[in-house]
Amino acid sequence: MNATDIRALAASVLAGIAPEADLASVGEHEDLREALDLDSMDFLNFIIGLSQGSGVNIPESDYPRLFTLKGLVAYLTR
Amino acid sequence: MADFLMPALGADMETGQVVQWLVQAGARVKPGDVVAVVETHKGAIDVECFLDGVIGDLAPLNQSLPVGAVLARVAVAGEATAPAFAPAAAPAKPAPVAPPAAAAAVPTRLTGSPATPRRALVSPAARRRAQTLGLLPDALPGTGADGAVTLADVERAASDSPPAVAPPRVKGGGFDAAQMRQAIAAAMGRSKREIPHYYLAETVDFAAAQAWLDDWNRDRPPQDRLLSAVLLLKATALALREVPQLNGFYENGRFRAGDGIHVGWAIALRGGGLVAPAIHHADRKSLPELMLAMRDLVQRARAGGLRSSELTDPTITISSLGDRGAEGVWGVIYPPQVAIVGFGRVLSKPWVVDGQVLPRPMVSASLAADHRASDGHLGGQLLTAIHQALLSPQTL
Repeated sequence: MNATDIRALAASVLAGIAPEADLASVGEHEDLREALDLDSMDFLNFIIGLSQGSGVNIPESDYPRLFTLKGLVAYLTR
Repeated sequence: MADFLMPALGADMETGQVVQWLVQAGARVKPGDVVAVVETHKGAIDVECFLDGVIGDLAPLNQSLPVGAVLARVAVAGEATAPAFAPAAAPAKPAPVAPPAAAAAVPTRLTGSPATPRRALVSPAARRRAQTLGLLPDALPGTGADGAVTLADVERAASDSPPAVAPPRVKGGGFDAAQMRQAIAAAMGRSKREIPHYYLAETVDFAAAQAWLDDWNRDRPPQDRLLSAVLLLKATALALREVPQLNGFYENGRFRAGDGIHVGWAIALRGGGLVAPAIHHADRKSLPELMLAMRDLVQRARAGGLRSSELTDPTITISSLGDRGAEGVWGVIYPPQVAIVGFGRVLSKPWVVDGQVLPRPMVSASLAADHRASDGHLGGQLLTAIHQALLSPQTL
């Protein structure tokens, strides 16, 4: 997946979790959990969606690398 | 004949309205069947009927009705059912009196789960908008989490289909933040006026639980992973077996024990508000089962589709703040329950272990309990039991 695909995937997964959130308003380096008020369950659901959509397993120890948009794009395009 | 009444879905509900009947007059209902969708300040709730028989005289839709109002009548199995809902003039022919053995053989579904039509997940906002537009929200394709129909789906469907004649929406009455605020104010105001709370705290060593959890999650795909909240939930449910005096209700001047450990799990709703529906028999469920139950509950609390029994059955509440929450919480008891257990976020603290100061994952556990029903000594036993359970996570 390229960066554009991953951004689209992240946006669609987040739309299901936080329908009222506007991903366009979130900065590249901003912590998504803070910006979109995601709790532990929301974030796990986000990881599940990203993992299923990208085919990447995403071990728990890597979660911090997916806290920002920039980070998750870099992580999933590697 | 028995009346099926508007249930009180919590201490803070006064009225509700039926927005959809999921059965038709004349249908056979079984205890536990979901028969109607009722809009309350907690959103659209799937209301179960616990009668066994033929339902009729369904109350009209979209009318605000007080708790206790008759929503339908059920000709109870075994009674004369033939002309049950015929005009009153029709003479009822006495039914043959069934011998006890035959009565026991009244058809009762023995296999499988109740054949309840699974209602699609529809967010309250989407349901309201669909109603305004004259669309059936349950029939729309959903793109939200777990296929929930969102407001966007309704708008999309509306723009795809020719303009429908919009039936006038009678009155608001669905989930709305201001109304939920009011309901919470009423319940919590009552709690603080009536319940003499006492408070206890315990700093729980979460190292063993964290290590166990990391190990469990390491080789599993994300959808099979557990959250620390699940361990806190199970530890509390097991501890309540040892201290059942904190699991139940204070009613009519005395404590009444719960008929099981049904943990009300406090869920913050996006956009404000709070609901704490029951995870039934939490002490008997495995950790993966509890995780599934919790995910399902969070999903339905936000998108609509909680069941009436989930709102009426909690015997205690747990408020777990999650990994971005505060360090600790002092709960307010949800009447008529007698206790609420709170957990702060897990955080690394310096802690003395075997005479050495070490960094250690710790979690602050609290108990607020009703002093009319118990004393601090007993409350302390509950927190100790929770702590002990978390020290041996393999037993959870």
